[in-house]
Amino acid sequence: MLSRTADHLFWMARYMERAENTARILDVTYRLSLLPQNGEDVEPMWAGMLKIMELQDTFLAKHPRHTTEAVLEFMIFDKDNPGSIYRCLRATRENAHAVRGTLTSELWETSNETWLKIRDLTAAKLWENGPGAFFEWVKYRSHLSRGVTIGTMLQDESLRFIRLGTFLERADNTARILEVKYLNLLPGSDEDASHATDYYQWSALLQSVSAFEVYRKVYRDQITPLRVAELLILRADMPRSLARSMKEVYSNLTRVSNARSAETERLAGELESHLRFGRIERIFEVGFRNYLEDFRDRIFDLGCRISEDFLIPTRA
Amino acid sequence: MAITKFFNEMTADDGSVRAHYAGYAKWLNDTPADRIERKRAEADALFHRYGITFAVYGEESGTERLIPFDIIPRIIPAKEWKSLEAGLRQRVKALNTFIHDIYHDQEILKAGHIPADQVLKNAQYRPEMQGVNVPCDIYAHIAGVDVVRAGAGEFYVLEDNLRVPSGVSYMLEDRRMMMRLFPELFARHRVAPVEHYPDMLLHTLRSVAPVGVADPTVVVMTPGAYNSAYFEHAFLAQQMGVELVEGQDLFVEDDQVFMRTTQGPRRVDVIYRRVDDDFLDPQAFRKDSMIGVPGLLKAYRAGRVTLSNAIGTGVADDKSIYPYVPEMIRFYLGEEPILNNVPTYMCRKPEDLAYTLAHLPELVVKEVHGAGGYGMLVGPASTKEQIESFRKHLEANPDKYISQPTLALSNCPTFVENGIAPRHLDLRPFVLSGTEIQMVPGGLTRVALREGSLVVNSSQGGGTKDTWVLEA
Repeated sequence: MLSRTADHLFWMARYMERAENTARILDVTYRLSLLPQNGEDVEPMWAGMLKIMELQDTFLAKHPRHTTEAVLEFMIFDKDNPGSIYRCLRATRENAHAVRGTLTSELWETSNETWLKIRDLTAAKLWENGPGAFFEWVKYRSHLSRGVTIGTMLQDESLRFIRLGTFLERADNTARILEVKYLNLLPGSDEDASHATDYYQWSALLQSVSAFEVYRKVYRDQITPLRVAELLILRADMPRSLARSMKEVYSNLTRVSNARSAETERLAGELESHLRFGRIERIFEVGFRNYLEDFRDRIFDLGCRISEDFLIPTRA
Repeated sequence: MAITKFFNEMTADDGSVRAHYAGYAKWLNDTPADRIERKRAEADALFHRYGITFAVYGEESGTERLIPFDIIPRIIPAKEWKSLEAGLRQRVKALNTFIHDIYHDQEILKAGHIPADQVLKNAQYRPEMQGVNVPCDIYAHIAGVDVVRAGAGEFYVLEDNLRVPSGVSYMLEDRRMMMRLFPELFARHRVAPVEHYPDMLLHTLRSVAPVGVADPTVVVMTPGAYNSAYFEHAFLAQQMGVELVEGQDLFVEDDQVFMRTTQGPRRVDVIYRRVDDDFLDPQAFRKDSMIGVPGLLKAYRAGRVTLSNAIGTGVADDKSIYPYVPEMIRFYLGEEPILNNVPTYMCRKPEDLAYTLAHLPELVVKEVHGAGGYGMLVGPASTKEQIESFRKHLEANPDKYISQPTLALSNCPTFVENGIAPRHLDLRPFVLSGTEIQMVPGGLTRVALREGSLVVNSSQGGGTKDTWVLEA
């Protein structure tokens, strides 16, 4: 397929996934901000989140304080914020538009309809229905788009590049979600999360990645930070974990393999096998923050390499 | 404005419904108004969701609009279509022969039927094409000929669009919409199908591949997602199952065109290009073109790739050449033209200019190289001031203009704000030429939605209707 087409498909999927995960991060942070104990602390909490999303400077250029309203409106509507959900959904649609002939009509219409809706959403409407309802809507549109993709697209290269985009983005985003939480949680925390506050924080984190029920099912025990990390990093049967995301990245990558992608595949395979055979205790020894940052650097590098090998190749 | 009697497609002069509209008129009469209203709203919502839009130039960039769709079809009886079709085949055949002649021996110029200057000094004449052979000697593989019905119902050709005619996707989407909204109408009428157009187009494109290519790779080339007709480009590529490429996706090496794919370079044999000649190749034409492919002309002249339509077809659909088409038909085919031409005054001739200036309020004046309904004067619909200001342009640059009598275009009942009212329309059938000439029955019907307006272009607020050729 055309390299440019593959590029648009890849980014279409990345932006949709990013919109969903942004909604997830905002949702969990918003819920934590509502906990009575956090009355004083909401501003640092939002600031920490923006920092990990690398949007701190863009935000501060416009807003003096990290109030809930300011951050949410910035992250949802702001047309100048490249990370806002508005911008992600617009980019999803623009990429889809550029290759609409390659998409099934159902998939194109799904993306177009999502865009038409967010385009018409106003802040007044958002606050009237509550941000929670909006985050639900974004997740729902992302579920729909993924379902329509799998349910209607031919299983050829185009689907592979869409899936590559989805999982590469998810790997990055899940790592960020973990960083946001551990930033707020780790200092002074002991192994178990039996304090009421901790419990709510951990369960909110799990819920934000749809992992609360999964945790209960897998561990049948109390919530501890170590196990939460294990679930979201190393468990390949957990759909939003780093291990699962990398497994999908690797397998989709090997299926579009070309004459110059060998090194990219090797690097992806290496990262995937680290996750497959890794132990959570070892990761904690190395240092959790360092581990996640290093992981995100590798994901970034993989993204660049995929671009060079497949999406924006130089002549011949 | 003089009171003119217009030919009404649905009703005869005595007010009775024409036979081919009888079934539809009864249905319209029997269907509750609120159901129709609901269906019209549904059509709007669906067009939005499908993203069947066009970009409007001169407005905020990225502005996308719907082309209004009217649910009252334009119906053509099979017998009328048969003669229209014969006339269109004849015309397009003569035009293709003309282009071939102009870029080879120029017999028609030597015979003195057309002044050589008119052709060779025309901006649309491409000297680069002189002596170049193209597969099957066909230049305009896709022609969109604009036809109107005027006077007592006779057909006239207004324009032969032989460069990159658009609109066929609306023809197909209008049909899809009608069938979705009102399936019962299709159970009651024998409407000739049009859905196989993309198949026919692909067949045509493959048939004109460079000699010796057994299984040609066809692509559609678009200027990009912000082009006004992008929807159509994407639609046709998808329907034919071929790649939609931009200039940046292609490159030329050893006179062979390749596209950049995820698996490396891949050969391209036929390019259905929706990019104007001027922008095709920055090495050969406009150097500032960002949407072309350097070296494309050279590969083309070497016969290694087919461009569809060919370069230089504009020399045959230019408004200054239009008056000579009947002569071409006689000269090349030895036949009398089946379709009428509109009498045309060429303002470069002093006597025609004098006539035009004296009769501006009755005439339509068009720019020779204009298109899309821009830069024209419709005398009877213009104010004194508009006419006087146009007169100045005309006097300053008479060569740029032609004029024609204002045709009393036929009209057809159409939904407007206050119910149903007659609106003027035209018809653009699409003629495909490869190893054979093929057409789907009908074409795109465009309708001028403003009362009294004769301009049907979508850029000027025109709408579309489904076109039915009704088999008896």
